[in-house]
Amino acid sequence: MIETLEHTTFDVKEIRQQFPVLNRLVKGKPLVYFDNAATAQKPKVVIDALTEYYEKYNANIHRGIHSLAEEATAAYEATRDTVQQFINAQHREEIIFTRGVTESINLVAYTYGRTNLKSGDEIIISGMEHHSNIVPWQLIAEMTGAKLRVIPVDDNGELIMEEYYKLLSEKTKIVSIVHASNSLGTINPVKEIIDSAHKAGAVVLVDGAQSTVHLDIDVQELDCDFFAISSHKVYGPTGIGVLYGKKHLLEAMPPFMGGGEMIKDVSFEKTTWNDLPYKFEAGTPNIADTVALKAAIDFINSIGKIAARKHEDALLQYATEQLETVDAVRLIGRAKHKVSVASFVVEGVHPQDLGILLDNQGVAVRTGHHCTQPLMNRLGIPGTTRASFAMYNTKEEINVMIAALNKAIRLLK
Amino acid sequence: MSQEVKSIAETEEEIVEEFSLFDSWDEKYEYIIDMGKKLKPLDDVFKKDENKIKGCQSTVWMVSELQGDKVIYKAESDAVIVKGLVSMLIRVLSNHTPQEIIEAKLDFVDRIGMKQHLAQTRSNGLLSMVKQMKLDATVYLAQLSTKN
Ligand SMILES: Cc1ncc(COP(=O)(O)O)c(C=O)c1O
Repeated sequence: MIETLEHTTFDVKEIRQQFPVLNRLVKGKPLVYFDNAATAQKPKVVIDALTEYYEKYNANIHRGIHSLAEEATAAYEATRDTVQQFINAQHREEIIFTRGVTESINLVAYTYGRTNLKSGDEIIISGMEHHSNIVPWQLIAEMTGAKLRVIPVDDNGELIMEEYYKLLSEKTKIVSIVHASNSLGTINPVKEIIDSAHKAGAVVLVDGAQSTVHLDIDVQELDCDFFAISSHKVYGPTGIGVLYGKKHLLEAMPPFMGGGEMIKDVSFEKTTWNDLPYKFEAGTPNIADTVALKAAIDFINSIGKIAARKHEDALLQYATEQLETVDAVRLIGRAKHKVSVASFVVEGVHPQDLGILLDNQGVAVRTGHHCTQPLMNRLGIPGTTRASFAMYNTKEEINVMIAALNKAIRLLK
Repeated sequence: MSQEVKSIAETEEEIVEEFSLFDSWDEKYEYIIDMGKKLKPLDDVFKKDENKIKGCQSTVWMVSELQGDKVIYKAESDAVIVKGLVSMLIRVLSNHTPQEIIEAKLDFVDRIGMKQHLAQTRSNGLLSMVKQMKLDATVYLAQLSTKN
């Protein structure tokens, strides 16, 4: 259990040593990496897992009977088991490997959505969704005649839940909602959202892109129907992700892509589908990155999510306090429950200018709309500067950012 | 008013020399920001969509016209560093013939260490602006050659 690992021994110095990239200089200054919500850096164990796979047992999986193929298959399938435990799924075949959250959402939209939606049905999303949880639904709505409804966001960056309850009806077929906002950090009350959607007869997809690295995820307790994860945001490699789906739903869904692996028997008259999870894993999968994803999850488990979260929360609180001392800074997103994302604007300063000058001082932040344009429109701003923290970040780094920020503002104003 | 106009290469050289005075990146950016702040704002009537060169984060508006055989550029951006870079591009290219503009290498951007701002990843509209400046010059060149 993760809980038992909640140690008093959380040692950020020791953790930093496991991330080779943190040793590098940017523009002659030590890197301060605060773009973790975009992608997290990789610990040595993940990099090693990739190399080891290619050096020692690269083979195509599930087919060959030679030793390498057996080892590769075992490693690939071991990741499925690890993911299953990581999010407490009931069955291992409920874990489908995809390229990431984007593909996971598209998979559900194009299979479950396309077969279950008809004209007049409604899909509910929220006003703080990433474009990847908007556009696939728009495409499917177009195809099926279903309508997209949007839960509004208040000035603090929280969902207006009363409006959600008003939107819910027997027409609602799918609710697809972000667990934690990448732009503001807001943690949404997904459990409530799921329970009331189920009462209305709808299924719920949770976009776990930002939440999985910070929060304990228990898909059975949440009772979500689908849950989407990107490996690169949980210290794993890019190009791999997960779709969790309830078994009975996945079984009833048609395949997403056709090809090898996903079939049982192929003839020109009739082709039958393979069993779960393979029905949704057409073609040679991304074996190396899948294998290395296990190393990433093992790494997180070895630190303990609770210990990491405590550290990250302290960083967020410190950053928030420090940012408030900077003249002209306005924090964007003041939700009660947040993951470690500090978004802000500086009055009279273009975020891009800020981004350039911070980069020049070795500080990597994200500026812009963060792929959430409707949210930025709602908040009446073109974009924000976003600092997002991971377990390897420190208060000293926040001090560096604040100093860099003060200097940048001095130059720009 | 036959004021001596510097060639594109001469202006590029001049800018490179100005930047060689700076020891640190901070000073370089300070200088660019200063130029950005000093760039004459574009008249609001020109700030319409057809003059917009949209980047992912910042926007550049640019207009050009032919005066005699020279192209005159005016531009602005909502981000001040981009504006500074824009102001240098105008200083280098404006008031030259289409042929000279088309042939301009613009390697000063690289030599002052600002090449990254013309890279695809920055997607700030600056690269598109250079392309647009050259495209306009090409159109004027065609106009001039049909006149002659
Ligand atoms: C909230 C959220 N949803 C979806 C995505 C898309 O994830 P990916 O690009 O890994 O598919 C992201 C990534 O930025 C995100 O932050």
